[in-house]
Amino acid sequence: MSVALILAVGGLTSAGIYLITARSLSRIILGFSLLGHAAVLALVASGGPAGEAPIAPAEGIAKAEGIANPLPQALSLTAIVISFGLTLFLLALAARQRTLTGDDLVEDDLEDRRIATAGGEST
Amino acid sequence: MNALVAITIVGPIIGATLGLIARDHPRRRDLATLLGLAAATLSAFAILVNVANNGTSVIRAGGWGPELGIVLVADLFAALVLPVAVTIIFVVELFAIGQRRTAWGANPELAGPLLGVLTSGVALAMLTGDLFTLFVAFELILVSSYVLLTHQGQKAQIGSGMTYVVMNLFSSTLFLFGLAFVYAATGTVNMALLAERIPELSNGVRIGIGAWFFVVFGTKAAVFPLFSWLPDSYPTAPTTITAVFAGLLTKIGIYAMIRFHTLMGMDELGSVMLILAGVTMIVGALGALAQSDVKRILSFHIISQIGYMLMGLGLFSVAGTTGAILFLVHHMPVKTVLFLVGGLIENDRGTSRLERSGGLASRRPLIAALFAVPALSLAGVPPFSGFVAKFAVVSAGIEAANTPIVIAALVGGVLTLLSMTKIWLAVFWGKPDDELAEAAPGNRPLMLSATALAVAGTLLISLFAGTLFDLSNRAAVDLRSDTAYIAEVTS
Repeated sequence: MSVALILAVGGLTSAGIYLITARSLSRIILGFSLLGHAAVLALVASGGPAGEAPIAPAEGIAKAEGIANPLPQALSLTAIVISFGLTLFLLALAARQRTLTGDDLVEDDLEDRRIATAGGEST
Repeated sequence: MNALVAITIVGPIIGATLGLIARDHPRRRDLATLLGLAAATLSAFAILVNVANNGTSVIRAGGWGPELGIVLVADLFAALVLPVAVTIIFVVELFAIGQRRTAWGANPELAGPLLGVLTSGVALAMLTGDLFTLFVAFELILVSSYVLLTHQGQKAQIGSGMTYVVMNLFSSTLFLFGLAFVYAATGTVNMALLAERIPELSNGVRIGIGAWFFVVFGTKAAVFPLFSWLPDSYPTAPTTITAVFAGLLTKIGIYAMIRFHTLMGMDELGSVMLILAGVTMIVGALGALAQSDVKRILSFHIISQIGYMLMGLGLFSVAGTTGAILFLVHHMPVKTVLFLVGGLIENDRGTSRLERSGGLASRRPLIAALFAVPALSLAGVPPFSGFVAKFAVVSAGIEAANTPIVIAALVGGVLTLLSMTKIWLAVFWGKPDDELAEAAPGNRPLMLSATALAVAGTLLISLFAGTLFDLSNRAAVDLRSDTAYIAEVTS
């Protein structure tokens, strides 16, 4: 596994985590796209060293040498499609929240708010 | 057998597609969705009979081997849980069709077909034999649940829907990372091959993978401390949607956990699981006591009950796993029924808040009876199904001589009974508030009969408790000694 890939996965993950801790959904969406890329890169990296395109040569599969592992690539493609769809859904959600409230902030947890108000009353 | 498995997975999604095409014709739409679900229900029961008699059967999609292709495995565990899950969705869809004739409830053009998509995801998640297909099945379930939760676009739903989506999306991303780790460590995502290769890994990597997937599945299952998204989001959806979510979604997380962690032999995680199970039971039950809305009380109960299933799994013994499976089979219908009754109360009174309903026992004795049976069952009062399930889990705890978790389980049971009493006192006794009754649309016969059907189903579980216990026990033995599973898949 190459150091460059590991660094890329680490960098994307930390930037992604930083972004999804934000309050506004548009930042969270950016964070999730970075995290999604990190996860897909990790999947690709898990397939071992890079190599030739995984197409069986004319001489037969037994002769194939130095080809890349195709299975993680197939898994990555599925994951990319899913994260693409979900990003769109999140964008739609953010747009709806904006028409309803004027911003796209994630709301407080209901229990947290109740505990906060209860604490305010007693003091 | 191939055909049965195919119908269970693909039937509901075909029905859903036809339902979406015919969305402007209510009758045809409902018929298409119902037929898809009915086909899946019937074939799920046929799979159970087949697997109980002939043992595990393996379906290789496209004839590929376990190294490369997708393998579907119908073992006794899957075959036992699957019919219960699919039947629940069928009954809820009946209830929803009844509710559509009133002004309330989910938007019929979307909700019915999406329930079909969700059913396909549930069937795939239970039958799949590899971890990546499990991820895809989870996404199928979650995507339809995102839409079901937010499709009406009301403020509360969008607000809590955002928490729900972000939370689940994060755990899905963790799932993907976990897949990358597993593939890097073992070179496969097939569960049978993993069950062979993971025990050969060094302890650190093995337990790391186990803990990682415990967090992934634990978030879906709302295990303490990862539960806070659940009581905020579930009650905001229309009743029928909440009923399905409550009965199924968290349980898929527990199902995946039982399958993964027993198959991979993660016994070292047992003590962590037991501690979290105990805390989950107590915190969930205490949370329920503090609430003043029927749907929110019931949502906290989901969390509490997850603790019992986790306890059964965390004991890592045949008796414990048997208890967890039995609890799963009992909990799914009972929880769904309670939410359906919550919907009946809401439709009758115009609200599910405790202080504004009351006196239903004298005015609507049928609703009171429909509530009492599953409520007592959930609290674990004999002779209802909850007693059998709780007894199995607790006796496994006693067998393992683990006193703290047994005490936590019993305390949790008492607290559950207390909060059920709270609902009973406020909603069914007390003074009726006639002002509100005017605005409510009332209940249709189809809604009442669908709920009654589901209550009868939960009674059947306690009636056939012996058979179910034997089947759960066989399923647990198969899960604990995974040689048969591995041999079936790899041969």
